[in-house]
Amino acid sequence: MFGTQLIDDYARQIADEKQASVLNGSAAGTEKRYQVLHQDYAQPDELRHLAGSIKDHTLHHLGDYLTQAENSLTQRGVHVHFAETDEDARQTILTILRQHQVSRLTKSKSMAAEEIHLNPFLIENGVECLESDLGEFIIQLDDDIPSHIVKPIIHKNRRGIANSFLREGVAEDYNDDPQTITRRARIFLRKKYMDAQACITGANFLCADSGRLVIVTNEGNSRFGMAPAPLHIALVGIEKLIPSEADLAVFLNLLGRSATGQQLTVYTEFINGPRSANQPDGPEHMHVVFLDNGRSSVLASNCREILRCIRCGACQNVCPIYRQASGHAYRSPYGGPIGAVLSPLLFGDRFPEFADLPKASTLCGACHEVCPVNIPIPDLLLRLRDKAKREAVPSPAAIPMAPFALLATSPNLWRSAMSMSKAMNHLPLDVAPIKPLQDWLGQRTLPPSKGGDFRKWMKTRRKPQH
Amino acid sequence: MSRAAIFRKISAATAALKIKAPRPEYDASITHSTPKLAGSNLLEIFSRNLAEVNGRTLLSVAELVEFLTKNGQLRGYCDPLLYERIGAPLAAAGLTVETTYEPARYDDYQFGITRASGAIAESGTLILDDEHTSRRLAALSPWVHVALLDRAAIHRTISDALAALGNSPNIIWVTGPSKTADVEGILIEGVHGPGEQIALVL
Repeated sequence: MFGTQLIDDYARQIADEKQASVLNGSAAGTEKRYQVLHQDYAQPDELRHLAGSIKDHTLHHLGDYLTQAENSLTQRGVHVHFAETDEDARQTILTILRQHQVSRLTKSKSMAAEEIHLNPFLIENGVECLESDLGEFIIQLDDDIPSHIVKPIIHKNRRGIANSFLREGVAEDYNDDPQTITRRARIFLRKKYMDAQACITGANFLCADSGRLVIVTNEGNSRFGMAPAPLHIALVGIEKLIPSEADLAVFLNLLGRSATGQQLTVYTEFINGPRSANQPDGPEHMHVVFLDNGRSSVLASNCREILRCIRCGACQNVCPIYRQASGHAYRSPYGGPIGAVLSPLLFGDRFPEFADLPKASTLCGACHEVCPVNIPIPDLLLRLRDKAKREAVPSPAAIPMAPFALLATSPNLWRSAMSMSKAMNHLPLDVAPIKPLQDWLGQRTLPPSKGGDFRKWMKTRRKPQH
Repeated sequence: MSRAAIFRKISAATAALKIKAPRPEYDASITHSTPKLAGSNLLEIFSRNLAEVNGRTLLSVAELVEFLTKNGQLRGYCDPLLYERIGAPLAAAGLTVETTYEPARYDDYQFGITRASGAIAESGTLILDDEHTSRRLAALSPWVHVALLDRAAIHRTISDALAALGNSPNIIWVTGPSKTADVEGILIEGVHGPGEQIALVL
């Protein structure tokens, strides 16, 4: 009988308020992206395709570019580390922090850090690690997890946030005005920046030619976090490389527009070393930790195109499944179409655990259309479904196909099944006491069966005269 | 060793590729936005695009005095190299201008005046770098940041500005005031950085 997908289960129990927040936020994101790209460019698709081919080229020559980036950074006094696994990355960062006797730091938003669960690890090891992006800060207050790549609290509303501020002592009274919420966070976080001994960031891009790390934020939190801190550690996925600074014209123009409908994100910071000798603010020490954590295996797979991703979240905004189910339904820091491809691949030996995600898609193709680096996400979802089948990963949601195969290969059986199928229209399926059937029908409406009508029509149809 | 292991895996993965994508050749003009670049005067294009992201361009110290006074931002920091040109006239108009920035008093400065190293007309972006900005914090913690911009340093496009990035280990492009839409998608300015971003072109 029918089963249900885990994502369906999640979507069914999601609170109405949360579902409305996700739906409104993501729909608005899609709308803004479309307007801005088409207003500013006659042929925005040309730019997307170019970006995809630059990324492909980089990935196909990743060893060369990674070596070049390492040399560029080392020459400018940056310490470069490599982390093969999440555990390696956590230990490397903790070791650097201990060498500098750091007990409190601020961190700007980083998906790589989410991926390796850096925050809880550092806190367990006695380092106070405060998220400084407003959304991530609220996530941390609530001990929640982000549900969108660029809008981590897309699933929350002002009332919940105001309550969290009151509960956690960020505010002394309840006030849910978004401006007041933001001012309160401004005051609270400034003290933390000024007091921090280090700043951890991710990176949006890393230019192999100059070693320049590019970090974009709208709030200015990474800039503020780094200005008073003597130590900067950047955690950078090895797929973040691009060949040269000149290529940033392609990527920066696409990233802001795809993510938030902005031509450029407010702050675009280019960093390839500790602060200048004449500059009083900024880190004296800079470390870059290159993270593999499964990326090189993805590069070896038939889904390597997913490594082009620049983490804009456009595929999440546009996805009908994401909009209904929210990012949390994907059980990983990466939700939506990107997560449905990345999670099963990235967490290597945990493939069976995430093998259901690629099935949670209608393959409508909207994610491919909006992708700034032209990733054929629907194709990759199909390849992953195929992989699950080949590796015989059990699928609780799969409808058993053996009876269908029997019917479909026997014309007589098929004919009688078709004529009987009309009887289904008179069966009270919606009250049948079969739980999986009820779950399945809870999300869907079956059209009335018209079994056999086509065959009848074919029989009476005359051959066209030539 | 992680390093060797990672490079080994990458080599194995890329060596197995039948076709390796060549580096695409393209002209930077593909990245230029024609509507954003409409106009012939770079300062005009820059100002229009800066206004679109809620920043403003002021063309004289008198305009700056008027703006700060009207908004009650009466105390701030000025890069000592700019004191004579900008700080002194502000002080003469009754504002309090300091030429040292004390991090411990980060909330006392209502405005900060520093130099920009350039700008981008196409996007209304101000370019700050470690050599020109006397203090990163002074351009960040005050509610109003005033960047003195030399009109000859305005690049036409984003790609032009990238080609001229230079050698500073730290460069930041600032396109309007600090902002967020994290709470229900509602735009709020002045999150961690300035709520007012001004380009002062003299």
